[in-house]
Amino acid sequence: MRHFFEHKEHLVRMAVLFVVGILAFVVFREIMVPAGFGEYGHFRAGALDDVRAHPVKYAGQATCVQCHTDIAEQRAQGKHAHIGCEACHGPLATHAEGKSDEVPTKPDPRATCLRCHTQNVTKPKTFPQIVPAEHSAEGPCTACHQAHSPSLS
Amino acid sequence: MDETRRDFLLKTGKFIVLSAAAAGAWEAVVHGQPDRVPEAYRLLDHWWAFTIDIDKCIGCGNCVYACKKENDVPLEPQFSRTWVERYHVNPDDMEHPEVDSPDGGYFGFPEKYAGQDGKNFFVPKMCNHCATSPCVQVCPVGATFESPDGVVLVDKSYCLGCRYCVQACPYGCRFIDPRTSTVDKCTLCYHRITKGLTTACCEVCPTGARQLGDLKNPNDPIHAFLRDHKVQILKPQMATGAKCYYNGLDGSVR
Ligand code: HEC
Ligand code: HEC
Ligand code: HEC
Ligand code: HEC
Repeated sequence: MRHFFEHKEHLVRMAVLFVVGILAFVVFREIMVPAGFGEYGHFRAGALDDVRAHPVKYAGQATCVQCHTDIAEQRAQGKHAHIGCEACHGPLATHAEGKSDEVPTKPDPRATCLRCHTQNVTKPKTFPQIVPAEHSAEGPCTACHQAHSPSLS
Repeated sequence: MDETRRDFLLKTGKFIVLSAAAAGAWEAVVHGQPDRVPEAYRLLDHWWAFTIDIDKCIGCGNCVYACKKENDVPLEPQFSRTWVERYHVNPDDMEHPEVDSPDGGYFGFPEKYAGQDGKNFFVPKMCNHCATSPCVQVCPVGATFESPDGVVLVDKSYCLGCRYCVQACPYGCRFIDPRTSTVDKCTLCYHRITKGLTTACCEVCPTGARQLGDLKNPNDPIHAFLRDHKVQILKPQMATGAKCYYNGLDGSVR
């Protein structure tokens, strides 16, 4: 016992050093490590929510067909049956959610079609392609074809 | 009581271990129970993958356009989270294909190889959402990670913009967003797929060349696709665990 107290300042010094060191580590860690880090892995769990918070711009065709049943029926019968509405109409989530009173503008009835149907050797041979100058030099394609059900035969 | 050195070391050891445990417990007390992903979406019920059918791609560029719109990817300069490459393989030199991707395919592909000998095809590219991704391994701050449902994401609030991951990605899928100076990449439209929607690029793909799939969902058509087609991933020799499966991938594709 006496032996112990004889050199106690060594021990006290060391203990203080330990405590300060550990405290500093705990405080530093608390400040530096973001909340939720490590919950699912080596990352901040809240980052998942951050990414999910991004707004949706393409409503998805399932939403469009709920209201535009006539066009959905028309499309279902033709060769464009599997093309999403927004592939031609562009992102319309604000319209579909009723957040915008603006009536969406119609897609260009020529440029829209040419984007997909202009002939190109790199396109798969089975895909229907046309040479615009030969097939219809100018004017809207919709003069003959219906946009939502394009086959004439 | 005579304290031996052993006693002292034992006591200090216990003290260190217990205070560390207390610190851990304190963290849990402060933050409460984790309740990160509410609603019906359960992280562990999904394992996302992607299929690309090269024989179906017509190079319309709808996917590139939609991705930029959906995810606010800068139009200029031309960075893309997904892009389409055009390959022209000359039969005399199969090892060195001609590859181009004007503006990532954003405006489509003006005819270039008409009348030339050789094979031509489009290869849509995007993040492969690797299961053991090199980009994740090199991140010094844990800002890029594989989510428990198999999507490689970036924590923009912790990204330093150090570009290690840009270098590490064997597929060139990452770029630095000039507006934030942080890294940007395909999120597999995480904000959409966790709400039951498909990705923006799949939504607008006219031929179904791109398909999102959930490997943990036994009813997902991706299982039939993987069974019925001879698929390949990009750069299998890199052992990245890529989850982007290509049907009809030519050996010349890099
Ligand atoms: C909540 C019902 C609803 C949904 C969902 C909806 N729309 Fe509409 N949409 C309307 C109504 C009503 C109009 C007519 C507006 C008018 O003419 O004043 C309209 C008009 C349009 C127009 C313009 C029609 C014209 O005559 O010029 C387009 C194009 C359109 N919608 C496309 C879409 C697409 C694509 C989607 C899916 C993203 C969609 N809509 C979803 C209700 C809906
Ligand atoms: C292949 C491209 C394409 C697809 C797919 C498509 N549209 Fe259209 N849509 C057009 C074009 C082009 C017009 C403009 C037609 C015109 O000017 O005569 C149009 C016009 C419309 C109009 C205006 C009314 C009309 O009949 O002209 C509505 C409403 C509309 N589309 C809704 C939809 C909905 C809903 C879907 C999905 C079920 C859809 N569209 C899919 C190309 C498309
Ligand atoms: C987003 C790409 C895309 C756009 C835009 C598009 N189409 Fe199509 N079109 C297709 C696909 C895909 C098919 C189906 C091809 C198949 O069945 O193999 C198709 C089929 C057709 C067919 C039928 C060909 C046949 O073999 O009978 C015609 C005609 C057609 N489209 C005309 C148009 C017209 C006119 C427009 C503009 C209003 C248009 N397309 C816009 C992708 C598109
Ligand atoms: C003067 C009327 C007319 C106009 C305008 C027109 N087409 Fe056609 N198109 C036809 C006829 C007729 C056919 C053959 C019947 C069919 O296959 O449906 C056809 C067939 C097609 C086919 C199928 C070709 C194939 O190989 O199977 C496509 C694709 C097509 N048109 C796209 C377009 C596009 C894109 C435009 C606008 C640039 C356009 N058409 C303008 C009359 C027209």
